[in-house]
Amino acid sequence: MYNQTEVIKDTSELGAEGELIINMGPQHPATHGVLHLVVTLNGETIKKIEPHLGYIHRSIEKMCESLTYRQFIYVTSRMDYLSSHINNLGCALLVEKGMQIEVPERAKYVRVILSELTRIASHELWLGAMAMDLGAFTPFFYAFREREMITDIMEETCGARLTMNYIVPGGLMYDIHPDFQKKVKAFITQFKAKVTEYEDLVTNNIIFQSRTKGVGVLTAEDAISFGCTGPVARASGVSCDIRKLYPYDVYDKVEFDEVIETAGDSFARYMVRVKEMNQSIRIIEQLIDTIPEGDFVGKTKNVLKLPKGEFYTRVETARGEFGIYVVSEGGTTPHRIKFRSPGFSNLSALNHMAAGSKIGDLMATMGTLDLVIPDIDR
Amino acid sequence: MFLKEYISDVYNGVSSLLKGMRKTGYYFTHPKEIITEQYPDNRATLVMAERFKGEVVMPHDQNNEHACTGCTACELACPNGTIKVVTKFDITPEGKKKKAVDALVYRLELCTMCNLCVIACPSDAIKMAPNFEHSVFDRSKLTKILNKTGSKIREGIE
Repeated sequence: MYNQTEVIKDTSELGAEGELIINMGPQHPATHGVLHLVVTLNGETIKKIEPHLGYIHRSIEKMCESLTYRQFIYVTSRMDYLSSHINNLGCALLVEKGMQIEVPERAKYVRVILSELTRIASHELWLGAMAMDLGAFTPFFYAFREREMITDIMEETCGARLTMNYIVPGGLMYDIHPDFQKKVKAFITQFKAKVTEYEDLVTNNIIFQSRTKGVGVLTAEDAISFGCTGPVARASGVSCDIRKLYPYDVYDKVEFDEVIETAGDSFARYMVRVKEMNQSIRIIEQLIDTIPEGDFVGKTKNVLKLPKGEFYTRVETARGEFGIYVVSEGGTTPHRIKFRSPGFSNLSALNHMAAGSKIGDLMATMGTLDLVIPDIDR
Repeated sequence: MFLKEYISDVYNGVSSLLKGMRKTGYYFTHPKEIITEQYPDNRATLVMAERFKGEVVMPHDQNNEHACTGCTACELACPNGTIKVVTKFDITPEGKKKKAVDALVYRLELCTMCNLCVIACPSDAIKMAPNFEHSVFDRSKLTKILNKTGSKIREGIE
């Protein structure tokens, strides 16, 4: 029986002498979503940060247990909505791996190109929003201008701008738009010409540099122990790019560098993402002219049934390692499904990174973690 | 020394400001390079991508005929229970009973535009349309019956 007088949370120890507790969020304009941070301050110095989650919990993992292996892919678009295409790809790879479905080369190429476009779009949005967190409003519009070109490509080929759901187990939902290659090349030209604007506006800006350099330092050991992945860990010098370590689709055929910085501060995380965009452009350039002709979807059975057992696949989203773990009992729906989302692990390092610094630095630290709250809450 | 640093700081600040102002000034004098669309005003010239997933529609030809056989493949493929197929039995001229669609009920408010129903359809009877202005005053108006009244299945589709 539920005890009415039960103490849900003992707040007496938090309000110690000289301490101030500030609730940041759930609708604070700088938190990118409904994230609730309970910040304990001593003067202007942060003593402790406690993230409260669950404001947009939709029980996606439980929901997936009642959906078939074709249907559950679209739900993952709603988790990390900025790299929804890569989430879809991870789910499709799991089904393909479990059922040994042959994927045509054409589909593999298009998947990788679209994944890299998604990564650029995600980093562009992050760059604009992050600069806006630090008080620079103009870069937001410049970043969104290039991002708009990518969303236009997505709209034309996939039929949606954010929640694409373009991937089905075995390949793609339909063939690419006839203008796809032309538009992607136009985007690459535009991006290369305009990327110097970001350097002028943000990277070389002295205010931006002094607000990010040496702020929110995360050492390599801490990055590993908190389970950080993606640009957050790579900025601390941890090599963790799934595209290099466990290549999927055609990532083993393309040449690109894993961007690694060693400083571990907010500026290093910024630089990793900016350099990663250039590497994504490099990958797209290698693939866009050599998309092979052929089918866009392989032959699959009408009803997909994973064999009995446990399956795990991982993909590199714009935020880090996205893992899908499925326990199958041999039926048409998963018995249990678990998503390993990169945002959750990266958020867990926030208290360690920001404790001891000033509250103004919290924005820079949190901004460079690139948190997407639906990805954390699921 | 201090004065020199102070002056150079001021100079750098002003020059970076001017750098930004030059960029914005450029776009102010070159309005053709601005990509902002004045949405409600440009409705007449707005072109949506042909694949844009706005809502599910059932195309009818000029004889008010569609291609839906009432096989419920779309209903099974839908992850949200958006589509409900109500079937009836037509009597063919030979006197046999034939299954046909009575009403294909589509609930737009539940739809996530995942396109799974469209690729599941064996006779290409439904497709996605690029309409996106779905605001209505009453939620019940979002529940639609896709096959028009008096429509029947096209000849030769099984």
